[in-house]
Amino acid sequence: MSESIAVPQETAAWEPKIVAFFCNWCTYLAADLAGTSRMKYAPNARVIRVMCSGRVDPQFVMEALVNGADGVLLGGCHFGDCHYQSGNHKAARRFRLLKRILVGMGIEEQRIRLEWISAAEADKLRDVMTEMVEQLEALGPLNLQVPDEESSEVGESAESAELAEVTV
Amino acid sequence: MSDKPKVAFYWCSSCGGCEEAVVDLAEQIIDVVAAVDIVFWPVALDFKKSDVEAMEDGSILAAFVNGSIRTNEQEEMAHLLRRKAKVLVAFGSCAHLGGIPALANLWDRDDIFKAVYLDNVSTDNPDGVLPSVKTPHNGEDVTLPAFYQTVRSLDQVTSVDYYIPGCAPTPNVIGDAVQTLLSGDLPPAGTVLSPDISLCEECPRLETKPQDLSLERFVRPHEILIDEETCLLAQGLLCMGPATRAGCGQLCINGNMPCTGCFGPTSRVHDQGGKYLSAVASMLSALEDEDIDSALDSIPDPIGTFYRYGLASSLLRRRKMTSVDA
Repeated sequence: MSESIAVPQETAAWEPKIVAFFCNWCTYLAADLAGTSRMKYAPNARVIRVMCSGRVDPQFVMEALVNGADGVLLGGCHFGDCHYQSGNHKAARRFRLLKRILVGMGIEEQRIRLEWISAAEADKLRDVMTEMVEQLEALGPLNLQVPDEESSEVGESAESAELAEVTV
Repeated sequence: MSDKPKVAFYWCSSCGGCEEAVVDLAEQIIDVVAAVDIVFWPVALDFKKSDVEAMEDGSILAAFVNGSIRTNEQEEMAHLLRRKAKVLVAFGSCAHLGGIPALANLWDRDDIFKAVYLDNVSTDNPDGVLPSVKTPHNGEDVTLPAFYQTVRSLDQVTSVDYYIPGCAPTPNVIGDAVQTLLSGDLPPAGTVLSPDISLCEECPRLETKPQDLSLERFVRPHEILIDEETCLLAQGLLCMGPATRAGCGQLCINGNMPCTGCFGPTSRVHDQGGKYLSAVASMLSALEDEDIDSALDSIPDPIGTFYRYGLASSLLRRRKMTSVDA
């Protein structure tokens, strides 16, 4: 049948996008458990599995935000449980410093979140996810685009001729 | 008309330090002048924009542009020199990364105008006049270049062939770059003309840099007596060496001051501040949230420290706009 398929419109109700970095040893397994336990929670996160929350470079978080994520969620092991002993402590230090930078850059602090979620805590994952989606819905889209400048068109326009008088 | 290669210099939003850097070449500049024709250099020579416009496209061998792009006049000149020059070189930190002027990207234009023209205690402006592109005056229009919301690096408005890093570029870096350009054996477009390794790798204090640092907090230069031979990071100073490109000749380190990052990142790093943030967090020993926060309080201005020269070219580029008409 050649009838066109209905494509969801970009203008349809906006949904927050979350990029989630989950540690292979804990939070990723919690997400797995939530799935096999048939828990229902908001489907807004794109999950990226990393070997340790300490692997998450601050540049990953910034790239996610610049490329359209409305929030970033990091999930790691509780203190004392890190598979690599201290990766989560390192993640905590990075995260707290990154947060200072991002807040200074005008990004609301609820958009970036670090949670310790063990492999058994599927219910915590569900609650965190649901709460974060609610908070992002209240904040609205992040939209970090640097605006084009109104007068960046350069050519032989009347304005540019006038400008020439100033600069010569 | 001589058939020596033609060279142009121009400045955009900058402090003039890059012009000084050219003069700093001292006797070498005589060799440069002997080898090339300088056809445009507003700070030193009396050529006009119309002289450049009259040249054939591509007739200039190399145009060296310093300063970041803050106004539409600067953008227009960048496009003009791009057309006229075979090789466009971003000269210095501002053209390369946005530089110090790009720290203004932490504010919108309205905030900047308000601070400079209205709130400044030494400004007497009872009518609250703000710069505008066109102002009627005695029956005529007086014009000014438009002031952009966001400071940009040169490559954010036009294509750039090579970058000479530094605030300001050091004589050895400039000399090497000019030799490379004149030799005709050109590196791939987009190359930063400085070694693609971190400053630590050529630092004279490298041997004293511990494999793993474990600092309780950072210190600022006035808080300690700085040892002249030990790695500055090991002394608790925020030295940008690990996240900064080499090639400067370690002038700051030799002056017993930490690197501030003016040469920008190596080619493998997207965001110099983000990379340095990551390194800084690894160097601290604090484990619990409270201790981490008090250790981080020893960095009073993380954005101004990690992005001193690179805010415009960072991933975020500016503070999120707050103006309604953004």
